Amino acid sequence: MDNKSQDQSPDENAPSEGIPAPEGPANLIDTDYVIGQDNITTKTMGVNLDLHGKVFTISSIVVLLFVILTLALQDTIAPIYDTLFSFLTGNLAWFFILAANIFVILCIGLVFSPLGKIRLGGADAKPDFTYMGWFSMLFAAGMGIGLMFYGVNEPLTHFGTSFDGGSWAPLAGAEGDQAGAAALGMAATIFHWGLHPWAIYSVVALSLALFAFNKGLPLSMRSVFYPILGERVWGWPGHVIDILAVFATLFGLTTSLGLGATQAAAGLSYLFGAPESDVTMILLIIGITIIAIGSILAGVDKGVQLLSKINIAMAAALLFFVIAVGPTLLIATGFFENLINYAIHLPALSNPFGREDANFSQGWTAFYWAWWISWSPYVGMFIARVSRGRTVREFIISVMLVPSTVSVLWMTTFGGTAIDQYVSQGIEAVREAGIDLQLFIMLEQLPLSQITSFVAIVLVIVFFVTSSDSGSLVIDSITAGGKVDAPKPQRVFWAIIEGALAIALLLGGGLTALQTMAVSTGFPFTIILLVASYAIIKGLMTEPKAV
Amino acid sequence: MFNNIMVPVDLAHLETLEPALSVVADMARQYDATITYVSVTANTPTSVARTPQEYEQKLDAFAQERHKVHGQPVSIKVYSSTDPIANVDDLLVKAIDETGADLVMMATHLPSHLDIVMPSHGGKVATHTDASVFLLRQSK
Repeated sequence: MDNKSQDQSPDENAPSEGIPAPEGPANLIDTDYVIGQDNITTKTMGVNLDLHGKVFTISSIVVLLFVILTLALQDTIAPIYDTLFSFLTGNLAWFFILAANIFVILCIGLVFSPLGKIRLGGADAKPDFTYMGWFSMLFAAGMGIGLMFYGVNEPLTHFGTSFDGGSWAPLAGAEGDQAGAAALGMAATIFHWGLHPWAIYSVVALSLALFAFNKGLPLSMRSVFYPILGERVWGWPGHVIDILAVFATLFGLTTSLGLGATQAAAGLSYLFGAPESDVTMILLIIGITIIAIGSILAGVDKGVQLLSKINIAMAAALLFFVIAVGPTLLIATGFFENLINYAIHLPALSNPFGREDANFSQGWTAFYWAWWISWSPYVGMFIARVSRGRTVREFIISVMLVPSTVSVLWMTTFGGTAIDQYVSQGIEAVREAGIDLQLFIMLEQLPLSQITSFVAIVLVIVFFVTSSDSGSLVIDSITAGGKVDAPKPQRVFWAIIEGALAIALLLGGGLTALQTMAVSTGFPFTIILLVASYAIIKGLMTEPKAV
Repeated sequence: MFNNIMVPVDLAHLETLEPALSVVADMARQYDATITYVSVTANTPTSVARTPQEYEQKLDAFAQERHKVHGQPVSIKVYSSTDPIANVDDLLVKAIDETGADLVMMATHLPSHLDIVMPSHGGKVATHTDASVFLLRQSK
């Protein structure tokens, strides 16, 4: 940014206390709260610390307590988590499905409304990142790892249940109809990886970005509640919201890191015969953590952005390779067919009430929605941080529509190829393999499988690094009261904690139990997101009209 | 010898800068140099300012305050960044070019074991610029 604003004329939209608006007109919220006023700054063993006393202390203690309890009382506690989660998805599936629909409608509405013209960071703000860098980061943080694992598995699974006519089939299934089952399977998969998850991320990210960049509040979940709670967000209600965000982020990351290491180890053992032991997995987690620490020390621009770009380039190479050597024509036509099938089935799939496919709508859809929502504080906050300078319309198109399109292409390519291998070539191996190996077995049917499988493993690992580093940045800024310029050792601390918790849970067991717990945080967060939706509209309405 | 002295300033931690400021003033008077106060701040709201523009206003006020003390001409430059802690060294090197500074005076901490993984900003800037760099250490 250049030193220009001295000669800028005073802004008529600036609030009364004389704080200049960000670049160009924006409507800051009047508050006496000073960011970091509740922080504790201290120096321990030569390391400077700057932390929000209550949020940091309570979330650390609660996290430790949960992990210790889970490790010590696994057998007793796992059923409790399971019961809690079955209750949530079973009885509240309609709530998750309805809420997710609201988020999609809100986002699409914003694209077409005049509010879409408002720019994050003020009317004259300039984006910090190029489209490529920005897009790579939001994709790597938001979904990369899931696409690697479910790209083959989910389309095949839904195809299978639809074709066999089991009780897990989406909608009414398509018993005995291969083409119909494939179409339904792809539509159901795309439903879970398309507009809805990205709308969930968009709502969180947009609300955070709006209240930080245009309203001048700290980059923290609590700020979004300002329109409802007013100054009370700086007290306990706000602490609780932020603690929940830390909780969801840390458990989401830790359990994914642990489960991811299990899966990466399975891939390594399949490819190179590496022992699928605890040692391999611990080494993987340590390696991932070390690279993540390097990345967070290098910062968002030179660390996270660079890794994300490398990752997306590799993922694109793998994608186009499969398109080229796989059933190219089928993928090309399938892409458009799947889009149409998605559109056709969308109303029925997203219907929250009176569903007859309870297993699917509760066990799959509600689970996914809770999962995406529990990840949303972390992904959303990271997306918010790198999105200054974008207009609301540009933001939603890039955070919702573009990634959804990429998801469709990815699922069509990996899932479509696997279904084709099964249907046209009668290859059963992919369907029969364990979920962590399906991608590799699918690749094995194609040329150069040694190379592509290796690329796939590297991709999985680097996607974990990009989750771990951006996650540590997010947790650090929430526990530092919304500061993004807290001392560096704090980021390193969180990255190490994530790795250490993942190892503890991996050795002690209880990863799946804790993941269930993490996903359960999706419920309170759905309410937070509904509030965020309201706050977005209210916040945007009070912005000066962009020209 | 020196015409333009650049002084990196963090308004959030002025107390650590305080002892260095009088040395800067003495140097500037000695060479009759301009002083450019440079800051790198977050583009999200911070403890000092809720917008980068407010930060700029405050840095300007700070510079004018200093001007009253030492009487040398002053100017300011603010860089806002997504990740100020990680980008500060690069932006300071860029600032040296853009302001045409021939001397950088920075307050810095005492060397410690942590420098291996996180080198001091002063040390890092010095290795990436042609300008003279004067590191002012805090006394024990």
